[in-house]
Amino acid sequence: MLTIKNYKKAESLEEAWQLNQQRGSRILGGMLWMKMGKGNVQTAIDLSGLGLADIEETEEEFRIGAMVTLRQLEIHPGLSAYTKGAMKEALRHIVGVQFRNLATAGGSIFGRFGFSDVLTMFLAMDSYVELYQGGLVSMAQFARGGYERDVLVQILVKKRPMLFHYESVRNSQTDFPVLTCCGALDPDEGQYRFAIGARPGRAIIIEDKEHILAGGITEKQAEDFGVYAAGQTPTGSNMRGSAQYRSHLVKVLTARAALELNKGDL
Amino acid sequence: MKTVGKPVRKKDAMQLLTGQPVYTEDIAPAGCLVVKLLRSPHASALIKSIRKDIALKVPGIEAIYTWEDIPKGQRRFTLAGQTYPEASPYDRLLLDRRVRYVGDPVAIVAGADEKSVDKALSLIRVEYQVEEPVLDFHKAKDNPILVHPEEDWESLCPVGADHKRNLCAHDETSEGDIEQVLSECDIVLDRVYHTKACQQTMMETFRTFCTIDPYGRLHVVSSTQIVFHCRRIIANALNIPKSMVRVSKPRIGGGFGAKQTSVSEIYPAFVTWKTKKPSKIIFSREESMTASTPRHEMEMHVRLGAMKDGRIRGIDLYTLSNTGAYGEHGPTTVGLSGHKSIPLYGKSEAFRFVSDVVYTNVMSAGAYRGYGATQGLFAVESAVNELAAVLKRDPFSLREQNMVREGDVMPAYYGQVNSSCALDRCLSRVREMIGWEEKYPARDMGNGKIRSVGMGMAMQGSGISNVDVGSATLKLGDEGHYQLIIGAADMGTGCDTILAQIAAEVLECEIEEITVFGADTDASPYDSGSYASSTTYITGKAVEDCALKLRRQICALGASLLGCGADQTEFDGKSVTRTGGGEAVTLQEIAAASMCGNEIPLQETVTHSSPISPPPFMTGAAEIEVDTGTGEVKVLNYAAVVDCGTPINPNLARVQAEGGILQGIGMTLTENITYDEKGRVLQNSLMQYKIPTRLDIGHIQVEFENSYEKAGPFGAKSIGEVVINTPLPAITDAIFNATGLRFRELPVTPEQIAMGYAQKKE
Amino acid sequence: MLVNIILNEKKISADVEPDLLLIDFVREQGCLSVKRGCETSNCGLCTVFLEDRPVLSCSVLAVRADGKRVTTLEGLKEEAEEFGAFIADQGAEQCGFCNPGFVMNALALFRENPDPSEEEIREYLAGNLCRCSGYEGQLRGIQAYLEWKKSNRV
Repeated sequence: MLTIKNYKKAESLEEAWQLNQQRGSRILGGMLWMKMGKGNVQTAIDLSGLGLADIEETEEEFRIGAMVTLRQLEIHPGLSAYTKGAMKEALRHIVGVQFRNLATAGGSIFGRFGFSDVLTMFLAMDSYVELYQGGLVSMAQFARGGYERDVLVQILVKKRPMLFHYESVRNSQTDFPVLTCCGALDPDEGQYRFAIGARPGRAIIIEDKEHILAGGITEKQAEDFGVYAAGQTPTGSNMRGSAQYRSHLVKVLTARAALELNKGDL
Repeated sequence: MKTVGKPVRKKDAMQLLTGQPVYTEDIAPAGCLVVKLLRSPHASALIKSIRKDIALKVPGIEAIYTWEDIPKGQRRFTLAGQTYPEASPYDRLLLDRRVRYVGDPVAIVAGADEKSVDKALSLIRVEYQVEEPVLDFHKAKDNPILVHPEEDWESLCPVGADHKRNLCAHDETSEGDIEQVLSECDIVLDRVYHTKACQQTMMETFRTFCTIDPYGRLHVVSSTQIVFHCRRIIANALNIPKSMVRVSKPRIGGGFGAKQTSVSEIYPAFVTWKTKKPSKIIFSREESMTASTPRHEMEMHVRLGAMKDGRIRGIDLYTLSNTGAYGEHGPTTVGLSGHKSIPLYGKSEAFRFVSDVVYTNVMSAGAYRGYGATQGLFAVESAVNELAAVLKRDPFSLREQNMVREGDVMPAYYGQVNSSCALDRCLSRVREMIGWEEKYPARDMGNGKIRSVGMGMAMQGSGISNVDVGSATLKLGDEGHYQLIIGAADMGTGCDTILAQIAAEVLECEIEEITVFGADTDASPYDSGSYASSTTYITGKAVEDCALKLRRQICALGASLLGCGADQTEFDGKSVTRTGGGEAVTLQEIAAASMCGNEIPLQETVTHSSPISPPPFMTGAAEIEVDTGTGEVKVLNYAAVVDCGTPINPNLARVQAEGGILQGIGMTLTENITYDEKGRVLQNSLMQYKIPTRLDIGHIQVEFENSYEKAGPFGAKSIGEVVINTPLPAITDAIFNATGLRFRELPVTPEQIAMGYAQKKE
Repeated sequence: MLVNIILNEKKISADVEPDLLLIDFVREQGCLSVKRGCETSNCGLCTVFLEDRPVLSCSVLAVRADGKRVTTLEGLKEEAEEFGAFIADQGAEQCGFCNPGFVMNALALFRENPDPSEEEIREYLAGNLCRCSGYEGQLRGIQAYLEWKKSNRV
């Protein structure tokens, strides 16, 4: 059982950051993952009084507060339009609506969980994390680790005109994924990139460095790229699948995503 | 019929749907001591020492008990809810110096609240002498390492048990010369199938609270299917007279057989008996997943002999069953793997069924819906599906040629005659419902998706013949209402309502005029409890007979009021009339008269048992879609037709079937129990043990083809268990039809399919 | 810590531990419809409304509900009875232990989407596990209720 000695609803980011420098402090996200832990938390820091629970959409970007829930991301019309439904597809398998009404964008990203659909989705987009001390950091850099004592304030998504397609494989529909894959295509530059997560390690980006997909995609090219991507993606084994199966899925899902992206108007 | 066969609402439906506090935890008195268990981290160990002095100093801690608090010479007992003398061995103590699986209780802690108890649990210091466990059930029999080396181990029944060989039971039965018959067959399929220890996963975990009653007796309120067996088990565990224990059950949040074993009761019972204070235990989901009573893991070796023309001539089955650390339901579940699978093939000339049940150092198994039949039917029905594939025969037509029919003698079913059977009609109806003609075997949908179909048949029993006892008491009350008092346990199945329907039919009254009470050992007439698909068939018959008797008593009192002989009266549910259209007295008047200067009892109790256990039958067919790239399988449609005799309440029968089918689907595709090298269960939560959600299933369609079972109430047989059995062979055969891959171990995972398919393509 | 929570439209002031979970708080306050079925936020049995949104009360600290409205099935008696009757007519309530969470989340669905498709029903309620019914009877009940609602609206 998790025990919490003190609870503090932070009145400013500075206060949250100060408190978070103390040993035994934890910033609360949706509490879903933290609750299952067995540790003792000295001070639980709540950011929910800091106005970080909104998604702001401008011409250039989405500004997603740390306390925005996964359900907000899932049903946001702007995000849905921008990602061509990929955002909803990435999130709809996560346990249930009541769960997603609690789980936060900030908590999901900050945890940098290997199994994270959320991290996979954001990595595929041109996105950034704004940290109270660390400032703006690209999602790819943040995903690599560090910043443990910093405070995640918001997530920015640049509205570069892109196409997205999200695929995942699960042993049952609301289980953790065995593999996630979000394909992204910049139609102007014809560049494909694929965020692959639940390897089971943290999501990484695979790019078409050998230009296998350059100039239109046939089934053969998609398959070839799948083989290439599988070769580039380190995989491991856990209860939900072996490394070999995951490598097989990288092949299958990247090829499928590439074909879907190539259809253009997703 | 007016009430039987009607889809009446469950009597407690609206209470449940509006969230009324009717479950064990909801009604536990405030101030109960919180009871929790310290559990062994080792699969096999001897406790060298336990220090509880520091833990006892935690504020709020009332008591901590260890094996040293169990009197020397205490007799062992079983937690299995079975009729005495139980087939399950007496192999347990409340707390033992030897721990036999990861999760075996080491200490009982009772305290004022959860926090103090958790704190105390973390402060108990145990020194273990860790021993090598037996984890592989193939290697358990005659292994020099014994799970139960103790001399005071007891087996009360001749089930072939020998604890010095890790054998919980051994049995051999046969009819005809199986070796001779198989040697004459054109084809003998020799196959091994394996099913694992699935969890019942009822939504309400195990839980119990206890108090001391005004007479100083122990009152145990528990979420249990078996109040009377519980009374015996608790008295055995505490070594106190049975008369000092009362057990009652409130509403139960699901059982499926899990609560046919006394998993949680003995611990708070011990605490309350010792401290004379109320106490409660609420199992966490983790405990319910790791220290409970799941299905027996079984490996079944089938040899199926047939001729080229499809005639099945002989079935030889060897079942190895893993009972885990203790023997609850071990000797009995294994029997069903043969006796409720082989008899489906009525034309076969010989069978042999040999079984071993072994002890290992994993969680103890128990009763789960299907009770061994599920495992055996997976093996035998899969073998028949494989035979169909080898012979290039349609699986339906192969069944039609070989299956058991009404009136057949079933040698593998204890020689019982198949007294009521609509299996032939179930078969032809399912074929239509699933669209077999168009869909068999498979269709390529493009994009790597293949749709296919597969089928299977099943049978079960209706109660345990010559063993199960069901009773009912009916009383007439003020204004002419009735009280029905039972010892069977409604665990959501709706038996309170179904039994009231039977009584209402006989008494010619509305269902609302019958109140139901159950179950309480102090107040209910004796009933073995709700398990083995017995309640509708056994207790239902007791209710029918009881209502008939009460009618006679009503007529007797009516006659005395009318001043005529009872044989000169008629009762139409509302009044007793003098034959020939004479004077009448209303039921209200009779009820009033029964309470004033009266010596004619308007209360009857009937006890019933049955020399036969008429099988319900079923056919099921699955249409699935396989993604050959990822290996994912979705059951798009599951069609099933059940012969449960007369469905007393078609709504409740349908939901039983739908629920059972989805449990079977879960067992086939996602529900897995695996152990690490230390013997720890990996699937220890609902996060890791995946029961199906509503996104994991397309549609389940259920219909009924009724036979009429003369021995049952209004022609009824059972339904609770048979419904779980068909998805296992049906889905695995559909996977074969889609991919050419044959899986003989469950669950079948996407990984196995995808990797198998990829390999096959190469 | 002192919290003020509006529970089923009644203001409750209570002194709670920082790690008290909302499920335990509402049960202590007598809202015994709220059930716990797991420790891993998977079962949906503990669903309550927090500011009208369905959440898992097993995963919310009571202190985080300070100043907020919490609704349990006890506060939705009429709606629960109206909808529940359709589930009862299917016999799909079965053991009943998952019913409060299921009914709560179904009511949340109807508020959010008064005319959901079958797929939308399945998806919205995917986090409500039921082991008895196989979900099919629940689906029939929901659809019958929605039909009835529709015919009443016209």
